[in-house]
Amino acid sequence: MEHFIDIVLLGLLMITGFAIVRMRSLLAVAMLTSIYSLLSASLFMVLDAVDVALTEAAIGAGISTILMLATIALTTDREKAPRHTPLLPLVVVFTTGAALIYGTLDMPHYGDPDAPVHRRMAAAYLHDTPEEIGVPNVVTSVLASYRGYDTLGEVTVIFTAGIGVLALLGYRTRRRNIQSPAIKKLVVLRVIAKLFLPLILLFALYILFHGDYGPGGGFQAGVIFATGFILYALAFGLGNAQRLIPQRLLHVLAAAGVLIYAAVGIEGMLLGGKFLEYRVLADDPVTGQHLGIMLIELGVGITVAAVMLIIYFGFVSRQHSGDS
Amino acid sequence: MSNLLGHYNYWIVIILMMTGFYTVIARPNLIKKVIGLFIFQTSVFILFISMAKIEGGSAPIIAEGISVYSNPLPHVLILTAIVVSLATTALGLALVVRIREAYGTTNEDEIHVQDEQD
Repeated sequence: MEHFIDIVLLGLLMITGFAIVRMRSLLAVAMLTSIYSLLSASLFMVLDAVDVALTEAAIGAGISTILMLATIALTTDREKAPRHTPLLPLVVVFTTGAALIYGTLDMPHYGDPDAPVHRRMAAAYLHDTPEEIGVPNVVTSVLASYRGYDTLGEVTVIFTAGIGVLALLGYRTRRRNIQSPAIKKLVVLRVIAKLFLPLILLFALYILFHGDYGPGGGFQAGVIFATGFILYALAFGLGNAQRLIPQRLLHVLAAAGVLIYAAVGIEGMLLGGKFLEYRVLADDPVTGQHLGIMLIELGVGITVAAVMLIIYFGFVSRQHSGDS
Repeated sequence: MSNLLGHYNYWIVIILMMTGFYTVIARPNLIKKVIGLFIFQTSVFILFISMAKIEGGSAPIIAEGISVYSNPLPHVLILTAIVVSLATTALGLALVVRIREAYGTTNEDEIHVQDEQD
């Protein structure tokens, strides 16, 4: 059964991919991209990667689509036909594809438990996590503790991308609330948005603090937290959303998250351990690990949520300033 | 048959990868190029997650009564890669917006024509 779902989902992904290439209307392409992400999230679920599925559903199907739609609103919906014949690109693509498929022939079979990738580190993480870290979710223990350096680097990359978007698009705070009259008439959207906002924020907090035990963690929680405010901005206008969470606060929060993460690392050094060594944070090593993981997940969540909102506000406020 | 199924995931991944690659090099619209990169990225995610799967395994959350877990390491790598991919996509789209404001078009061919006229 699992194989059957896997085969069907991959087939659907392929069809969606081809449709994306062929379609000329970029609005339709943006929606197809969202479907493509949702399909891959379902596939990750089938492949036992629950944390990854959660992230892909929130980011790929949610925020990416909103950003693409915002870009299309700022530019154009129509794609012009290419001027050159696609002969050369086709030759390049088919040659590369054939070479890659030839390369897969040596790979271990899908699902093979003896594949080299499952030996050494992965086996050690699975074996040592209950004793050393004491959290059931091995993905969280690897992400936040064993490979904490990597994650710090990734949070910094996200922070830098936020600065990049800010530098490219700038930001304008709106005193007056700008909203199209068409949206004001959508009573259902406004009522549902008001009803869902606290639930979405609560769910984000649950994902953040329950990440040790089930799927979830700072990255997913940050994104879900941001989508709550994006929903509010869509239903009640940009000005109201910016009054709710001012741009300056977002700038401070984006930096604060990275600083919390780094501070936990330095705290470990001050207490006599190494950088990002959580064992020394409390008397008991396992409690120290718990504390460290929770603090850095909090830092990750704050930075991710703030950067997502900075990016969203950057795109949307530019759109309104173009109108006036 | 087992050989065919054994590599099915990887082959579809390569087809998806090449679909994205083709969109990036053959389509002149800049938004379409960014979407092509997005397809390419997602195909790489699927490649990693397919490699992490173990036949009969379960999600890597330790629980009683389960002895086989999928490999958590690729999950961690891809989880963070997805968030980073959004950040880079946003940066690419922001560049597209600025290019449109400077050139009045998102079509690569037209941008080249304007550059040559200067």
